[in-house]
Amino acid sequence: MPLLKLNGFVQDTWAPIGLEDPLPVSGDIIVPFSRLLKEWEQLVKHDGRVGTVFPNVDRVEALTLFLPRLALIVLPFPSFTDGRAYSLARQLREDGYRGEIRATGNVLPDQLQFMRQVGFDAFEVGDRFPPEAWLKASRQMSLAYQRGLYRPANETEVWSERHREAEPWLEQPYAG
Amino acid sequence: MYRYDEFDHQFVRERTAQFADQTGRRLRGELTEDEFRPLRLMNGLYLQLHAYMLRIAIPYGTLSARQMRQLALIARKWDKGYGHFTTRQNIQFNWIKLEDAPDILAALADVEMHAIQTSGNCIRNVTTDHWAGAAADEIADPRPVGELIRQWSSLHPEFSYLPRKFKIAVTGAPHDRAAVKTHDIGLRLQHNEHGERGWEVLVGGGQGRTPAIALTVRDFLPENELIAYLEAIMRVYNLYGRRDNKYKARIKILVHEIGPDKFRQEVESEYARRPKQETQVEERELTRIAAYFSPPSFEKLSRWSVRFEEARSTDKEFAKWVRTNVAAHRVDGYAIANISLKAPGEIPGDASAEQMETVADLADRHSFGEIRISHAQNLVLPHVKRDDLYSLWQALVKAGLGTANYGLASDIIACPGLDYCALATARSIPVAQSISRKFADYERQQDIGPIKINISGCINACGHHHVGHIGILGLDKKGEEYYQITLGGASTEDSSIGSILGPGFAGADVASAIEKIVDTYLSLRKPGEEFLAAYRRVGAQPFKEALYAAA
Repeated sequence: MPLLKLNGFVQDTWAPIGLEDPLPVSGDIIVPFSRLLKEWEQLVKHDGRVGTVFPNVDRVEALTLFLPRLALIVLPFPSFTDGRAYSLARQLREDGYRGEIRATGNVLPDQLQFMRQVGFDAFEVGDRFPPEAWLKASRQMSLAYQRGLYRPANETEVWSERHREAEPWLEQPYAG
Repeated sequence: MYRYDEFDHQFVRERTAQFADQTGRRLRGELTEDEFRPLRLMNGLYLQLHAYMLRIAIPYGTLSARQMRQLALIARKWDKGYGHFTTRQNIQFNWIKLEDAPDILAALADVEMHAIQTSGNCIRNVTTDHWAGAAADEIADPRPVGELIRQWSSLHPEFSYLPRKFKIAVTGAPHDRAAVKTHDIGLRLQHNEHGERGWEVLVGGGQGRTPAIALTVRDFLPENELIAYLEAIMRVYNLYGRRDNKYKARIKILVHEIGPDKFRQEVESEYARRPKQETQVEERELTRIAAYFSPPSFEKLSRWSVRFEEARSTDKEFAKWVRTNVAAHRVDGYAIANISLKAPGEIPGDASAEQMETVADLADRHSFGEIRISHAQNLVLPHVKRDDLYSLWQALVKAGLGTANYGLASDIIACPGLDYCALATARSIPVAQSISRKFADYERQQDIGPIKINISGCINACGHHHVGHIGILGLDKKGEEYYQITLGGASTEDSSIGSILGPGFAGADVASAIEKIVDTYLSLRKPGEEFLAAYRRVGAQPFKEALYAAA
């Protein structure tokens, strides 16, 4: 499946590991969250990066202990109208997580900008839409009223721009 | 009034272009209807029984004369020459073509208006007191905060795909004219013991299938913390609100299922995570916005207007209108003029393009160019000199807008119902028309006194029947329309949900049933006792007997 990152399509180098699959000896792997809980001791020693698929019905606190060791968190959208993962992504970023947050499931171009703004930086986009549709999708609006969003330098945060003299957000996120 | 700066202009233009692009992709078949529906709803475009309906936001119910003229233009050019003002202070056009929607949105952008988030499972247009900035009892004008919330909630990336729609109402006065207790979030401005201003935050009110009165989550929230606190509430709702059943997806269900204490705890712990810097820009932004709402340049006038008093004593019809439709203003020599859109036999909330233009002209002449829309579907000129009331009224009468019934029996709230709406189970408009004809007589309405009759054409309760003193709910029983009557609802600071009186009535019998209820009240009231107070004193029994005993 094509993987879209903030600067374009890339080859996905991560291997998804199912519930029953044996853990490979090395390489970057994505395991279900239930396996992360059960097999953490082996996973800590894994030769390669570790990512997980985190269901949108779980509380983000369940991930806190694992965050320093995780390089990828996949947040599924069972339907594009199910917006829970937007809050989960933002919470993860607020908690200091700086690894990849990847959207999967019913991911469509018209929600891409919102996803990027709350901290997603990778998208499993399927082949429902042509690549051009995706490339322009994340820049439909050049300005937003909300603060603390992940945005490229040329996207304006209106309130921050109007009040430059005020103390900026604790850590201004940046998405290239 | 608020004026867009370059950023606001650019924002709405880009959003209009974005929606034009989305509409084009739908028309070319590049988006499925399932993919397009949430996008068009987030821009106020519904597919109704006969055509598309476009709902346009009138933020916090405030319009300029120029904006009203543009609405008239839209009514004429793209609709059938009229529009419908709604119970959420918006306007709906019921005969729109999908391919015209981008042009209409561009015409709206020209006058600093839009249809963003007037529908869909997102934060809807914020509503407030229709007398804001003019009411004699006001602590402060709630509209600056309304504008702050409008901006913050516009295309909010985290909160655009909520479990269900989300409505916020704000009042800056102790007497609640904005029905804040029946909203997902209600905000009431107040002073603490140090004289500082802050908000009482209420959550979980609502109407629809499961009516609920909002619970207080915070007694006093400092003004500058509002946006940060709203973010915390929204996040708790977005994460934990039910998504398995759309009828249980509103925040009121979450609050009532987990209980107010647990809900408060979730919100407060989410709030505690937020960076402190979040209040500084927001405070400055509120100050910036508030400057636009500084009072207009009122003249220094005497409280006593000779011209007004003379007209009132010589023209009885004018005196009637003054008695019902004119309210006290905070500034001496001025008054609030309420314009009824409820002429007997007419459709509640409807206004023709000509009427809109008349009101716009009168606003320019008499009210600093300002107009308000009330949630009871009337119009308001908020700042009229008492000296000018007589000529204002004469012009209103000429335009068919001089009905003297504000707050009385024929001032009925009604949703569009089955005449337009795809969700409706029964018609509302003909029922409203028959009741308003029955009670058209002024003296009789005066004798009855303040009473709110609200009609919804389905359980979704857009006509606010749960909080009408008399509520009427249109239902469908095996293909026949019938109407359930509730008594004792209220939407003010002492909000309550009405109780069902008994078996329903056929459409043709509703007006006489209402008449029996009113007559029962007249026979048992104490001197000076209003309908709601009398009902609360005696309960449903006498009304039940009057309606059902004979049958």
